[in-house]
Amino acid sequence: MAGLKGWRELPLGGVVAGGTARDLNKTGSWRAERPIWHEEKCIQCLQCWLHCPDDSVLIRGGKVTGFDYEHCKGCGVCAAICPKDAIEMVPERGGECARP
Amino acid sequence: MRKAITGHKAVAEAMRQIEPDVVAVYPITPQSEIAEYYADYVHNGLVRTELIPVESEHSALSACIGAAAAGGRVMTATSSQGLALMVEVLYIAAGLRLPIVMALANRSLSAPINIHCDHSDAYLARDSGAVQIFAESAQEAYDYTLMAQRIAEDMRVRLPVIVNLDGFTLTHTVQPVDLLEDEVAKKFVGEFKPFAPLLDVEHPVTWGAFAMPDYYFELKRAQEAGMEAVPAVFLEVQRAFAEVSGRRYEGFFEAYKLADAEYALVVLGSTAGTAKVAVDELRARGMKVGLLKPWLWRPFPGPAVAEALAHLKAVAVLDRAFSFGTMGALYEDVASALYPLEKRPILVNYIYGLGGRDITVPQLVQALEELPKIRRTEWALRYIGLRE
Amino acid sequence: MPSIKVLAEREERGVRFTGGHTLCAGCAEPMVVRTVLNAIPDPVVVASPTGCLEVATSRFPGTAWNVPWIHVAFENAAAVISGVEAAYKVLRKKGFLDKRVRFVVFAGDGGTYDIGLQALSGALERGHDFLYVCLNNEAYMNTGVQRSSATPKCAAATTAPVGEAIPGKPQERKDLTEIVAAHGIPYVAQAAVSHLIDLANKVERAMNYEGPKFINVLTTCPLGWRTPRDSAIQQAKLAVETRYWPLYEVIEGRYKINYKPKEHVPVEEWLKTQGRFRHLFRDPRGKELIAQIQAEVDRRWELLLKKEQCFGVGG
Repeated sequence: MAGLKGWRELPLGGVVAGGTARDLNKTGSWRAERPIWHEEKCIQCLQCWLHCPDDSVLIRGGKVTGFDYEHCKGCGVCAAICPKDAIEMVPERGGECARP
Repeated sequence: MRKAITGHKAVAEAMRQIEPDVVAVYPITPQSEIAEYYADYVHNGLVRTELIPVESEHSALSACIGAAAAGGRVMTATSSQGLALMVEVLYIAAGLRLPIVMALANRSLSAPINIHCDHSDAYLARDSGAVQIFAESAQEAYDYTLMAQRIAEDMRVRLPVIVNLDGFTLTHTVQPVDLLEDEVAKKFVGEFKPFAPLLDVEHPVTWGAFAMPDYYFELKRAQEAGMEAVPAVFLEVQRAFAEVSGRRYEGFFEAYKLADAEYALVVLGSTAGTAKVAVDELRARGMKVGLLKPWLWRPFPGPAVAEALAHLKAVAVLDRAFSFGTMGALYEDVASALYPLEKRPILVNYIYGLGGRDITVPQLVQALEELPKIRRTEWALRYIGLRE
Repeated sequence: MPSIKVLAEREERGVRFTGGHTLCAGCAEPMVVRTVLNAIPDPVVVASPTGCLEVATSRFPGTAWNVPWIHVAFENAAAVISGVEAAYKVLRKKGFLDKRVRFVVFAGDGGTYDIGLQALSGALERGHDFLYVCLNNEAYMNTGVQRSSATPKCAAATTAPVGEAIPGKPQERKDLTEIVAAHGIPYVAQAAVSHLIDLANKVERAMNYEGPKFINVLTTCPLGWRTPRDSAIQQAKLAVETRYWPLYEVIEGRYKINYKPKEHVPVEEWLKTQGRFRHLFRDPRGKELIAQIQAEVDRRWELLLKKEQCFGVGG
């Protein structure tokens, strides 16, 4: 249990400051497939951003700019929902995708 | 200002003076009048408290947790089955380090259902992590409710505090109580300082996180540190209270004619009053007897109790509840405190007063008179007032 | 009406629910949570009971919640939020706070339909000002897909498995939305994860009312329903199209069905896509059970149509 805090260093009542999961847990390591954005097909409808369970569709100025691969779990919902097939799931480390 | 009032009115008056931000409460005999008095204050605009008339005791303490974590000062009260229903949440309140003060009108636990006094409800919360104080009289119930607020809210403690007062015996009997002036009481209790309040929306916090085996142990050890801080804070608060009230509570327990005693009783709550009469009677007959009456029961002031009892020849510890299958809870506290000593008294454990069974001066006199006849400590329960 | 662009703008200004949580890949719960949080412009305090959402988003010392959030136990989220709201009211009166803060519960069907029902009913009756969002995935998913009173009839659950004697859950699911509506609160609605903009609109409408507000959101659980990892949206959409899960509102007692499917899609079309109903298609007795399920879907839909007729917005 290296790097874990001793009891004296813990916050009162185990209360933690907000939003720490992002930095502490890089769930991108879960992926078996990753989404690839075909920008040329994208109509910026934002459906992928709306539905991403992991807040991993990056937006700036109201437009999609890519994926947060540190957190993306490769669920494929964005690819399934995209009305223009602008998102393609590809295998992370070889092999086949669940839905080729 | 001296008034003739019942124990629950005394507690309600203390609550009125403390004027918590939120009171979430559910009625149960013999606590209901505390809730009723407080509702009366709220509905007549005497206090600026949000009163939440919840639909169960479990929700009462849950709402208290929500309000306390939000940043408010919070109080409640219950008894018996109500405590049993909320005890899950009591453990959580302690784990979350929330300073909720609650009056517990001590009443027996079912089955069978019984509305009268014993300590089985307090004993149920024994290991919950809540601080527990026992009152002998309505005066002590009033005084300790005010002190409990300071103890609970002290940043070294930050734990729920239960003020125990015997159901019916104290809650429903009229006794003389000296009340502080409102301003004096308010000043004594002071302003509430919230910790990491939910309502501080600029600084979002997460209360009640999920701890895996890698952190749970350490978080609980940190909680125990709050308990460890209680004795010092308890004494400080007593001293501060003496300054504003003139009533000197000095120590974790009242030692009544104990210093030169050879035999003594240890008992919690209102029975101590009856026990003092028994002690006086035997003293008049030349027997050197005394009484140890803990105010602070959790955390148990083990070393102090051991020091006070070490010189005695024999001690009878009275428990007003079973801890089924083993010796009484108070007895176990006293015995484990005495165990490290080279020289320690013979101990005997009596179970008494269950379900409101009266305990009388002659019965306590007899228990003290028996003590010189007991050769050694035995692993066995005795009973006072039980029909065999 | 918050369009998708408005929701995106709000999230760009401040992410209220972050990645890094351990909900399953493809879980629908965070989709609902993000949309609801982005649909409320004011500061928000959230309470959740024990469940998938709570466990996976708050593993000490990490938390995915970037809004004030509290978890206490399984059955008391509504009681906890009652306390938070009460503290807010009094502290505001005393002049300690000047901001408008909104109170939201995100709870699963377990912590709402069953063990949490008492606390919910109490909070509704007392009239606290809060929004309760039930993330209904139709079983106790976090503990391993055990049946809840929200589980549909014949669904396989680990405490109502498909066996020789009894094929899945024997009881019909509870109609909690109607139970809540019977409390007479200002705003009640049914929504689904497949219709997130509809959900956002409902949240906005709800927040215009003082007092208790409730939205029951059908939230697919691909793991528990035994459907593909990326199927959450399609699943909920079919549930809506087959009238199994109508999208409707009850606003101050007036019923309004938001979407009436033009085609009559048999519920069988939805059942056959899920592993939890697989047994109905492998066993000859399944046909009769499917017919019963369809009959109940039809009965509830007809009843809802009648309620809209009798207690509709126009009537």
